[in-house]
Amino acid sequence: MAKYALRGVALVYLLFLLVLPVGLICWRTFQNGVGPVVDSLTSEPAVHAFQLTLMVAIPAVVANTVFGVGAAILLARHRFVGKRVLNALIDLPLAVSPVVVGLALILVYGRFAPVGGWLSDRGIDVIFAVPGMVLATIFVSLPLVARAVEPVLQEIGVEQEQAAWTLGATTWQAFRRVTIPAIRWALAYGMVLALARCLGEYGAVAVVSGNLVDQTQTATLYVEQAFNNFDQQGAYAMAFALMVVAVVTLLAITLLRPKEETR
Amino acid sequence: MSPLLPSSTAGTEVAEGTPAGRSTAGPAAAPDDLAGLDALQTQERPVPPGVTRRRSIGLGLGIGTATLYLSLIVLIPLAAVVWRSRQDGWSGFWQSITSGEAESALVLTVVVSVLVGLVNLVMGTLIAWVLVRDKFPGKAIVDTLIDLPFALPTIVAGLVLLALYGTQSPLHVNLAYTRAGVMLALLFVTLPFVVRTVQPVLLELDPQMEEAAHSLGASRLTTFRRVLLPSLLPAMLSGTALAFTRSMSEFGATVLISGNLPFQTQVASVHIFSQIESDNVSAAAAVSTVLLVVALVALVSLDTLQRWGSRRG
Repeated sequence: MAKYALRGVALVYLLFLLVLPVGLICWRTFQNGVGPVVDSLTSEPAVHAFQLTLMVAIPAVVANTVFGVGAAILLARHRFVGKRVLNALIDLPLAVSPVVVGLALILVYGRFAPVGGWLSDRGIDVIFAVPGMVLATIFVSLPLVARAVEPVLQEIGVEQEQAAWTLGATTWQAFRRVTIPAIRWALAYGMVLALARCLGEYGAVAVVSGNLVDQTQTATLYVEQAFNNFDQQGAYAMAFALMVVAVVTLLAITLLRPKEETR
Repeated sequence: MSPLLPSSTAGTEVAEGTPAGRSTAGPAAAPDDLAGLDALQTQERPVPPGVTRRRSIGLGLGIGTATLYLSLIVLIPLAAVVWRSRQDGWSGFWQSITSGEAESALVLTVVVSVLVGLVNLVMGTLIAWVLVRDKFPGKAIVDTLIDLPFALPTIVAGLVLLALYGTQSPLHVNLAYTRAGVMLALLFVTLPFVVRTVQPVLLELDPQMEEAAHSLGASRLTTFRRVLLPSLLPAMLSGTALAFTRSMSEFGATVLISGNLPFQTQVASVHIFSQIESDNVSAAAAVSTVLLVVALVALVSLDTLQRWGSRRG
């Protein structure tokens, strides 16, 4: 009896917190059929928002993949002074509020800040432009690849790489032919997580972008602006598109996770 | 804390666990200690001298690059926030965070985050128990759905909740621009934390222990308190701490539903945002510094909790 009560409480909680709200958005999006959804998603600002989102997310994922694999190798394979500090610092971005991330970047890379001013004199605008949005996105997704890859590196050990070296492989060859294949599922898992985070980031990007329509408006900023302009159809359509991305991400990580466990 | 996914938490645990063991046990005493093994082999095996030198140069280069990357993107900007908040001295800092609007935003954020942590502590543990011990059709779908708030962009989370609990609510429950609405948004985005930290620990526990306690006459509550709780407590508290940290820093989910009413529904991150928009950067930096200190304290206590948990497990 108690078992059913617990199950009931859990399911009702999830129903009202998660299932009903998400279901309602899907229903409201297609309330007037598929036509208006397609129209608002192919409107010029929406298409531009999609393009910009990719322009920001892809460099950020690439940067964090390179950094993440490097940092994971450092943490899993080497001993050095300051290792615990590096280890703690990698997690820090996940604990910092996205708005604080934005403010922090403005204070260093804004036009009236020392570094930002120097760059601005050379014709490079960081804040209220794409580079600042990429920086903000890198910040918020920084640990994801490193933390996905590190445990696997710990587990596979170094014997195979050493065997490769003994056989005359260079460090790069051993890395590319031995290490990368061994960590590929964990790497894919981390990259999917990072990509989802980058595509969906709102707060940090909202602060550094200035939210200029057709210039620095990403998909998430588009949702907020459409909603505040009472363009409910537009907001719901874009939100639905982002939800599809989220569900695809969920399916991808569910598929990748077991493979990681049976490594 | 942002989507600090369970897998990444587990990764932290592994990483945090090893250095501690490393300092006490010698390289030979810990066969699973990779760096130790590495050191042992470079010492004893005849590796060509060129390889060792090249590798130590590589190590230095790697540490240097990682430090530079972290400094440019994370450390220098965050230091600039702290520095900016102290520009008008302690009194200026104090004035900024105790100004009516900032103070009420901070107090609301802390109170709501504590409540969100507590609700998650109870509901998260309950959901984890149901997902591990109960059997019902569609359980796999429910299990996958738990991660949805992590994958969903936060602004979409806010929009989704406003559709059901906003002014056009089909349930006639209007929580838009209320503190209850803010709390609901935070409960949505923090749902997975406790579930996903408790679930793996519960999976490891033998259900026979619970059955034994039950057959010896213990009530369900006693069974939970005396058999399950001692093993689950570190995970439950870690999850709660994660949910609390995330609530303290959340912006996207709350911005739409809170309506940004100062003294009523304005949480700290929304307050910082509106200060930046009105070009009041020093005040924004002061409140940001408070949030940063909370984040640091949370990271340290999580680290402590995880060490405690791994000692117990």
